[in-house]
Amino acid sequence: MKQTEISSERNSSTDAQNLEPWTNPTVVGKPLPRVDGYERVSGSAIYPADLILPDMLHAAILRCPHPHAIVKNLNTEAARKSPGVRAIVSSADPEGKLVIPYPWWVPEGPPVLLFDQHCRYQGEEVAALAADTPYQAYDALRLMKVEYEELSHLLHAQDALKPGQPLLHNTGNLVRRPDTYQRGDLAKGFGEADVLVEETYETSCEIHATVETHVAVARWEGEQLTVWVPTQAIYEEQKSLAATLRLPVSSVRVISQYVGGSFGCKAELSKHTLIAALLARKTRRPVKLALSREESFLCAGNRPPNVMCLKAGAKKDGSLTALEFTNLGAVGAYADWADAAGWAAGSYACPNIRTQDTEVYINAGKARAFRGPGAAQSAWALEQMIDMLADKIGMDPVEFRLKNVPATHPRTGEPYTSIELRECLLKGAEAFGWTKARVARASSSDPVKRGVGVASCRWITEGGPPTTVIVTLFPDGSATLNMAAADQGTGTKTIMAMVVAEELGIPLQKIHVEHADTGTTQYGKSGGGSHSVMVYAPAVRAAAADVKRQLLEIAAGELKRPAIELSLKDGKIVPVREPGQPKNLSELKDLTRREQIAGIGHPPPEPKGRLIASFGAQFAEVEVNVHTGEIRVIRLLACHDSGRVMNPLTHESQIFGGMVMGIGFALTEQRVLDDHQTGRMVNANWHDYKIPTAKDVPFDQLCLTIDPKDAECNSAGAKGVGEIGTVPTAPAIANAVYHATGIRVTQAPISPMQMLALLAARREAR
Amino acid sequence: MTRNVAITVNGTERRASVEPRLLLVHFLRENAGLTGTHIGCETSLCGACTVLMDGRAVKSCTVLAVQADGRQVTTVEGLASGDQLHPIQEGFWEEHGLQCGFCTPGMIMCSHDLLGHNSNPSDGEIREALNGNICRCTGYQNIVAAVKNAARKMSKPIAARAGAR
Ligand code: FES
Ligand code: FES
Repeated sequence: MKQTEISSERNSSTDAQNLEPWTNPTVVGKPLPRVDGYERVSGSAIYPADLILPDMLHAAILRCPHPHAIVKNLNTEAARKSPGVRAIVSSADPEGKLVIPYPWWVPEGPPVLLFDQHCRYQGEEVAALAADTPYQAYDALRLMKVEYEELSHLLHAQDALKPGQPLLHNTGNLVRRPDTYQRGDLAKGFGEADVLVEETYETSCEIHATVETHVAVARWEGEQLTVWVPTQAIYEEQKSLAATLRLPVSSVRVISQYVGGSFGCKAELSKHTLIAALLARKTRRPVKLALSREESFLCAGNRPPNVMCLKAGAKKDGSLTALEFTNLGAVGAYADWADAAGWAAGSYACPNIRTQDTEVYINAGKARAFRGPGAAQSAWALEQMIDMLADKIGMDPVEFRLKNVPATHPRTGEPYTSIELRECLLKGAEAFGWTKARVARASSSDPVKRGVGVASCRWITEGGPPTTVIVTLFPDGSATLNMAAADQGTGTKTIMAMVVAEELGIPLQKIHVEHADTGTTQYGKSGGGSHSVMVYAPAVRAAAADVKRQLLEIAAGELKRPAIELSLKDGKIVPVREPGQPKNLSELKDLTRREQIAGIGHPPPEPKGRLIASFGAQFAEVEVNVHTGEIRVIRLLACHDSGRVMNPLTHESQIFGGMVMGIGFALTEQRVLDDHQTGRMVNANWHDYKIPTAKDVPFDQLCLTIDPKDAECNSAGAKGVGEIGTVPTAPAIANAVYHATGIRVTQAPISPMQMLALLAARREAR
Repeated sequence: MTRNVAITVNGTERRASVEPRLLLVHFLRENAGLTGTHIGCETSLCGACTVLMDGRAVKSCTVLAVQADGRQVTTVEGLASGDQLHPIQEGFWEEHGLQCGFCTPGMIMCSHDLLGHNSNPSDGEIREALNGNICRCTGYQNIVAAVKNAARKMSKPIAARAGAR
């Protein structure tokens, strides 16, 4: 015991930036409930939509009902006179021409005007107003008169580059030059193959559908703007707002303490936020602007639809010889990403590969990053393709995958800091009872067919600077953690408080988390891409270690002992040689005089020449009713390598939530645009756009983990889990459907209608 | 045109003159300032706005404030007694039956209704009861566990519960 304490002292007295991951943590890794659980279960958490400021107005947006139209004339006179209306903004105002910057991950695209007279998607903003009550705002909206010239619309990626199609932008319908990647010799690879398969896969446009819709509250104090908005990225929003409004960055404050779910759709400046700020400036009153569910379906982001053509070859021994993967994705009306093919080049060891991603515009709401962006669509195609190959050579799909697990990153050749994909497949298969389940099949007379399927996944993560975190310790043994990270439901606050508790030996209840406020926290990277734990756990740990170092120095002076002979335990200073005589912090006069110790932490740089990724394998069991086409997922098992599991409760919950989202992606979720006539979305509500409810998901879900004890990825040893949980679920389900019925369903979602049509087609073919 | 209503919310009578079209959820959030009742759709499809009216769960976006006139409404803020959370609230906290927490008040109120007439529900009965409540985060597993946790606690006599704390 003494030994470890002394060695951990050495750790903290060395550079706080070079800490090794904990060997025997006492708080980290425990299944602790949320530090902010009380707020969330009592109704006292204040989400931005809950803010009620004195004198606050309510805003609403007039949106174009057509997928493609020109605003010929806009008359706001009647609306202006409507009771309670205080201000209107539209393209008639100079502000209407403001250009919203793209977020940093979208390097370029056609200018996004706040109110563009050329409306390129249903729901595009035409005008907005603020009134005393929300009802008055909606009443007044109906009095606005707009004359539209309807233009012909483009709804499908496959049509975008054909001649004679409407052009969305004067640069054309191509978002960027197609991205091509190649290694080896494709023709040679196909030549070496014993079996070849070719197939086209499609995924549908999926909507994030967070239960909290997008909302913003804006208030000006002089030239100082404060915005409350649920977002994963306070600094991204601050920077974009400041740039758009030509304000110094320091004049914009963005606060995001509670976020009602995001999954990527709340991470960039949205028009409604800017509109709230403009209306608040016009009226000199606070303004709240909450989007309706319908609005959030139309224009608050989505997972773009993809068409993916694959050709792959393998030898009889199961080794992949060649893969060609061409993807066409539709980003919607403005620039974003709809890639999928490039992902596949990094998945399995395959010497000969060519991938191409082409992205085009269509007349529909713009995509935004959506949990496992690109990777989920890519996996839908690739993981089914792997099954087809395995089937053709008569090899078990788990075994086939094991054969092709890469030793290093297949694209760059760089080694991973850890990779336990093989273990995930093996442990998962064992726990699932894979071999037995694979053999057992329902009798041919039973209309309900059972099948099992597997898919694997990988998500590249990264941490590293720039990010600054402050931990403050008070003489009474309480501490404040100050960080930029939002907590969109992922449990970031809880996990980071656990890191402080671990490092300082003080109870979780004595740690207060102050976060996600550009006015009071320091710059920190946004919480996306499963980066939160990678960026913040090392930064928080470094800040806490800095506090500890300073504290032990103070104690050393007062106790006249070298700091190295002191340790910090249960919030007390314990001399290593006389552990029976601990000293309370409040007894340290120097500490009391200083009032507090503030420690600053940054995440150390990423390890050089190494890649960090989490991995996993998921197993699904389904029942397919061949009379009704209905599919029920009756069992899901996940086995993931997420590095160290910081808190098994939050980890497991991320996986369960991801898998259930994957059920929606596989079976029900789909933006339906009216192809034949209006081009409008016909299911912009939760009745017609089905997301899984408690009854639609298996009772039997299990999440297993493999801890690779990764000492290289960062000082927490954790690799993140948010994105990956949803990536392999849908293809695992599709593979199970094939196992149950012998029918390969290439188009997501697998609706009962589609299933029945495929079953009927097979009957006819026989 | 407005109508006078007197709605008892969490035991306190609130009188107001409201437009007939005002939804109960807006009355609770805007007039009564009780924002624990959330809005996810305003079209009766997500359950985020679930409250109890005369003891039974209703989606408060599907009830007009004037329909609640003279009734007893309980919101999530009305469940705890002082600092002592209701066992259902404890269940959601302890079992991690939440992530972002936005659906949580509605889930809790709906579970309250269920446990009021079925003190020991099966997994299937819990899922059936919560079928009108959408959660995009948790995958529902821990929500079911939370309701079971609450059922266990609530089946113990109150004195024993207090003693155990
Ligand atoms: S807000 Fe009432 S059911 Fe969704
Ligand atoms: S916890 Fe986020 S919607 Fe349920």
